Amino acid sequence: MTLSPDQLKSAAAEKVAGLAKLRRDGGVLRDYRAPRWDEPFIMEQGTPGERGILVPLAEDGVTAEVGAAADYIPEGMARAAAPELPEMAQYQVMRHYLRYAQMTLGMDLGSDISEGTCTMKYSPKMHEELIRGHKAADLHPWQDEDTLQGLLEIVYATGQYLKAISGMDAFTLQPGGGSHAVYTNAAVMRRYFEARGELDQRTEMITTIFSHPCDAATPMVAGFKVITVMPDENGYPDLEAFRAAVSEKTVGCMITNPEDTGIYNPQIDKYVEILHDAGALAFTDQANANGILGYARARDAGFDACHFNLHKTFSSPHGCEGPATGAYMCTEKLAPYLPVPVVTKDGDRYHLDYDRPDSIGRVRGFLGNWMGVIRAYAWIRNLGPEGLKEVAEISVLNNNYLDNLLMAVKGVSRPYAEGHRRLDQVRYSLEQLKEDTGVGTEALRDRMVDFGIQSYWMSHHPWVVPEPFTPEPCETYSKADLDEWAAVIKKCSEEAYTDPQFVLDSPHAQPIDQMRRTEAMEDPDQWAFTWRKYKRRFKDKA
Amino acid sequence: MKKLGLIVNPVAGVGGRVGLKGSDGFDVLRAALERGATREAPRRARLALERLARRCDDVDVVTWPGEMGEDEARAAGLEPRVLGSLDGRRSYVLCELERSGERPVIGCDDFVLTTPADTERAARDLAAAGVDLILFAGGDGTARNICHAVGDRVPVIGVPAGVKIHSAVYATTPAAAGDVAALYLQGHAGARLRESEVMDIDEEAFRENRVSAHLYGYMTVPYARGLTQSAKAGGVAGEERALNDIATEVIAGMQPGALYVLGPGTTTRAVMERLGLAKTLLGVDAVRDGELAGADLTESELLALVEAAPAAYIVVTVIGGQGHVLGRGNQQISPAVIRAAGPDHLIVIATQTKLLSLEGRPLLVDTGDPSLDEQLSGYARVITALGERTMYRVGA
Amino acid sequence: MADTPFVHPYIPNSVPATKQAMLDELGLGSVEEIYAEIPDRLRFKGTLDIPPAILSERTLRKHVQGLLDKNTSSVEFMNFCGAGCWQHYVPAVVDEIINRAEFVSAYCGGDYSDLGKYLTRFEFNSMMGELLDYDAVANPIYDWGDVAGRSFRMARRITGRDKVLVPAHMSPMRLMEARTLCQPESMPTSTKIRFYEWDRETGMADLADLEAKLDDSYAAVYWENPTYLGTIEAESARIVELAHSVGALAIAGVDPITLGVLTPPGTLGADIACGDIQPLGMHMHAGGGCSGFIAFRDDGPVFAQECPLELYTVMETATPGQYAVGEAIAERTSYGSRDQGKDWVGTASGLWTIGAAVYMALMGPQGFKELGETCIARSHYAARRLAELPGVEVRLSPSFFKEFVVDFVGTGKTVAEVNKALLGHQIFGGKDLSAEFPELGQSALYCVTEYSDKDDIDELVSAVKEVTA
Repeated sequence: MTLSPDQLKSAAAEKVAGLAKLRRDGGVLRDYRAPRWDEPFIMEQGTPGERGILVPLAEDGVTAEVGAAADYIPEGMARAAAPELPEMAQYQVMRHYLRYAQMTLGMDLGSDISEGTCTMKYSPKMHEELIRGHKAADLHPWQDEDTLQGLLEIVYATGQYLKAISGMDAFTLQPGGGSHAVYTNAAVMRRYFEARGELDQRTEMITTIFSHPCDAATPMVAGFKVITVMPDENGYPDLEAFRAAVSEKTVGCMITNPEDTGIYNPQIDKYVEILHDAGALAFTDQANANGILGYARARDAGFDACHFNLHKTFSSPHGCEGPATGAYMCTEKLAPYLPVPVVTKDGDRYHLDYDRPDSIGRVRGFLGNWMGVIRAYAWIRNLGPEGLKEVAEISVLNNNYLDNLLMAVKGVSRPYAEGHRRLDQVRYSLEQLKEDTGVGTEALRDRMVDFGIQSYWMSHHPWVVPEPFTPEPCETYSKADLDEWAAVIKKCSEEAYTDPQFVLDSPHAQPIDQMRRTEAMEDPDQWAFTWRKYKRRFKDKA
Repeated sequence: MKKLGLIVNPVAGVGGRVGLKGSDGFDVLRAALERGATREAPRRARLALERLARRCDDVDVVTWPGEMGEDEARAAGLEPRVLGSLDGRRSYVLCELERSGERPVIGCDDFVLTTPADTERAARDLAAAGVDLILFAGGDGTARNICHAVGDRVPVIGVPAGVKIHSAVYATTPAAAGDVAALYLQGHAGARLRESEVMDIDEEAFRENRVSAHLYGYMTVPYARGLTQSAKAGGVAGEERALNDIATEVIAGMQPGALYVLGPGTTTRAVMERLGLAKTLLGVDAVRDGELAGADLTESELLALVEAAPAAYIVVTVIGGQGHVLGRGNQQISPAVIRAAGPDHLIVIATQTKLLSLEGRPLLVDTGDPSLDEQLSGYARVITALGERTMYRVGA
Repeated sequence: MADTPFVHPYIPNSVPATKQAMLDELGLGSVEEIYAEIPDRLRFKGTLDIPPAILSERTLRKHVQGLLDKNTSSVEFMNFCGAGCWQHYVPAVVDEIINRAEFVSAYCGGDYSDLGKYLTRFEFNSMMGELLDYDAVANPIYDWGDVAGRSFRMARRITGRDKVLVPAHMSPMRLMEARTLCQPESMPTSTKIRFYEWDRETGMADLADLEAKLDDSYAAVYWENPTYLGTIEAESARIVELAHSVGALAIAGVDPITLGVLTPPGTLGADIACGDIQPLGMHMHAGGGCSGFIAFRDDGPVFAQECPLELYTVMETATPGQYAVGEAIAERTSYGSRDQGKDWVGTASGLWTIGAAVYMALMGPQGFKELGETCIARSHYAARRLAELPGVEVRLSPSFFKEFVVDFVGTGKTVAEVNKALLGHQIFGGKDLSAEFPELGQSALYCVTEYSDKDDIDELVSAVKEVTA
């Protein structure tokens, strides 16, 4: 059975309309209420004298030998006033944070298709058991490497797998996050040209407006000027603009592909050629790699370096924004500049190699966040080469399936590259909805959570696409999950058209009501970064 | 309670739907009405007001009578306080018609022919009444009148209703104007103020397909910016800081001994301010080695300075809402001046917000010399921040 | 695999019928049609060089656990090494909370849906503020070395000066990270790092040298307390005074677990404090437990505006008495004219701020005080016992918190030899300083916290005695 595009569209509209009812009315929407504990700040709780935990005291034998600890504190260095921390019994502290946990939807409870560019996939629970055991959690980084062989083997092997996936020759897993790996690239490129004596000449890094903010911000930190290329009419980075940007001053490029629009840049190798012709280097930010695993490799497009987020593409959980692991991959040409230590293998033994005179030094202390590497290792081994391709394929299929439903929702549009399919995610616009109803993307975001769905990611800054939102329905999500997500957007759109004020007053079923005194976010006379500041500023006066 | 001033220029936009460019002058208006023109400004004002009323229920509306605002405010369910008077205006219209001996135009009898003087009087009244914001519906002529009356003393937001929209004081749509007005009046942190250009072109020339736009001044305009919470969002730089950064970047790149010609605009003004110099608001100035080399220069003065300089650079920014960097409001920077400095010595500066507001349209050059325009087309390295350039397309 | 379709427990839509139904709804024959967006020349056609899948959870678990079992943990062996990552006891409640699925799996969700995460962050910042004596604490990022470098850059932006003075015995590892952030000195936007000497007898700052070098070209003076070599910096207040006397900022690098007993940096007058929250309830994770914080005085908007990390402010809601938390001055990624560089923020170590919040709430003022006293007492006990051994000398000031320098040169053994031999006694010895600080001979930095009791210490001493004999 083949349907025409128009037939497909009306079928999708009919379907999503049917779904966008409460479950009891035959739809898929939940009658959800977030927990509302009305829990006071812990700084306001407890009673003087209560204890949350008892710590070991020095044994008599110790004190007999050394005397009072206070005698070892130099004059003026002994704390005069005790810190005003909570004094609270253990159960009450535990319960307080358990309530906070309940008032956090996270990825595991909500359907986190919402947070596009973040690749919110399921983080297998078995991996958590692996990293929580003392064989992973209670290792000291300076332990003799003979006692870290298992960890080093996992890191080395993961590096080999990531080399296979990217086509690169060398790796480091030291960066403590995706942006950190991107920063590592800026530092590696800097060192490369410093070693060649060209650092005075090469001062400009090129990026695109749809690349992640770190692709512009980290080269700035590294001391470069940043040239941003705007998209052409189709939403692709403008090849001619790119050509015009490259010169003998160019260090290289740091660009995301596929960009957050979900569009794969079909001329990406041309960009690399232009750079190489000018003696510059090419890096690609692969935070959005989920849809291309096993389908396209950075090296094959000519790139000198790339990165992966192990907490996105490779299943390590996001942990309220970390700990995270960035994998930085590069060719032989850039390998000498990798941060120390580098994990090497010699027969059956694994080593930490610090003897690398050309290295950039360090971007992070010790070794890195290798909990993330253990999880990524387990995940890759669990899927194997076919499984990784299946991950990519299903994430791309899921995205296009969801796209079909969302494009049938009134007020939703998908700017750029008409007639081209997106890979793992799409940046949509609610410009029409805003124009028609006054309900923009922020208001819709605050309403959708009332259906038990995580807030969507709107866009990195700047908003090139007006009133944006960016879902990424990676391989984790079932067809029913996708249907439900689209139904929530459909429902919110309907509400915006029938009762916009209700949406503008959102949320209605969350742990708290709509936020007020938003000026505090901007005004030095109103902000309070700590409770003690808030108390002095607002409460003590009252 | 916040006070909103409202001005509707009921005749604005009348010419547009019937293919006339602008509505200045009685004959044009009559011609428009004869061609079946409807009045756009009141309709659009109402759209904005309805949106505003829905989002902001505790606002005091102050306006002028009848079609100058009162009617639309009531239609949107707002109870306005009415100042001023339009008595006599209608008879003026009828008198004019009778005097000319021509037959009355259909619909003309209920049409109030307001004049620029009415708009200006209304704006002054509203300012005197202490309004927090003036929402007006009209075109470039209306903006210019309001600017003349109150300058940048009262923030304004324009509902685009005129035929000519070269000024940068308008929201993109009536609804968007209502939204941003509501945000601003509610004191929402998402609404900020910035200075925007008031431009107008000579309508006579425009109707003859010649464009001659002039920069008349600046007004203070609220704009909405996304207020994001998420930690991943870096955020765009505040307008003021962005201007300061651009100024610093331009100054850091200045060559000793070279002449820098600075066109009009708030962005170029920031450069002068950072150098501790006064900028001629609507004119072209020049600096050399951090010192003023000439203020409010004419084309011939510019040419003389540029030709005498060992090297000269021309610093321009986006003027108005259409994306022009040359040929609108800075005609002193003539083809001869540009050629004398060298076309590759053109430095374009603009905030990234400004570039994004063009929604992908190119920057425009219209020097009046097609071959020079051709030469200047392609890609500009626009200075957008400290250490930042944005490659942006330039078209003729 | 070739014959049976791949249906994976983490990929529900790999069920062939589901896949087909979705393709049908899209009017597509296969997913290949979507991949046509990638030009053929850029397509990878081979099979990834990755071992075949280990499909069952049981088998995979056995395999990975088998690899991890090749490690020896600091629970199996006794650990006396710190040097930037310290083994303190982790209360069970901390693990219980940070292992909650909601916190483990949350990311940058919304203010409402992820409210608990934001409330916990605000509580972390507030309790750190109490511990450090500051009104402003930012959301932590990678680790101490990173925030040290960022603090230097922040000071450069605030003062407009491009040099910082740091102690010559600053942690070499932290220095390497900071150097990467501060750029090669040939670059026009670089921040230059200069050193002041330290007293080889006490391990404290050489104030005379600091005073001689310091002038108004410096953006900041940085010091560590305790120093990397363990000494409590008795002259902290004097360092602050000297920095301020030339208009420079004073930046303290501190281990926050010391602050139940030591004077906090805010009280000492430091303008900025940075350090690591790992000791506040984080397992070491081979260094992955680290997370760097920045706190600063908030007596004007300048510091906040130049702070490179996220700041959160408490706010209210439409319902009186309810609190919300909002990200403050999120636009602050573009700085004033004094620096052309921008720092960045990114996913770093969010879960650890939750762990540290729980830890601080459990400990309370009394817990921190007692823990500090125990660390001081037991480490001094260990130092005394070790110093009694023939050829073993404890160097530097008699005033330290939990770490101290042990010189083995008199035993004729290298630290490397001693540490290797200690492994035979199931002991991880101190951090080898012989390459970093050759002037200290064959020295190791030993660490004794509340984690190790008197019996452990006695066992260490007898083992050292044996291996150095």
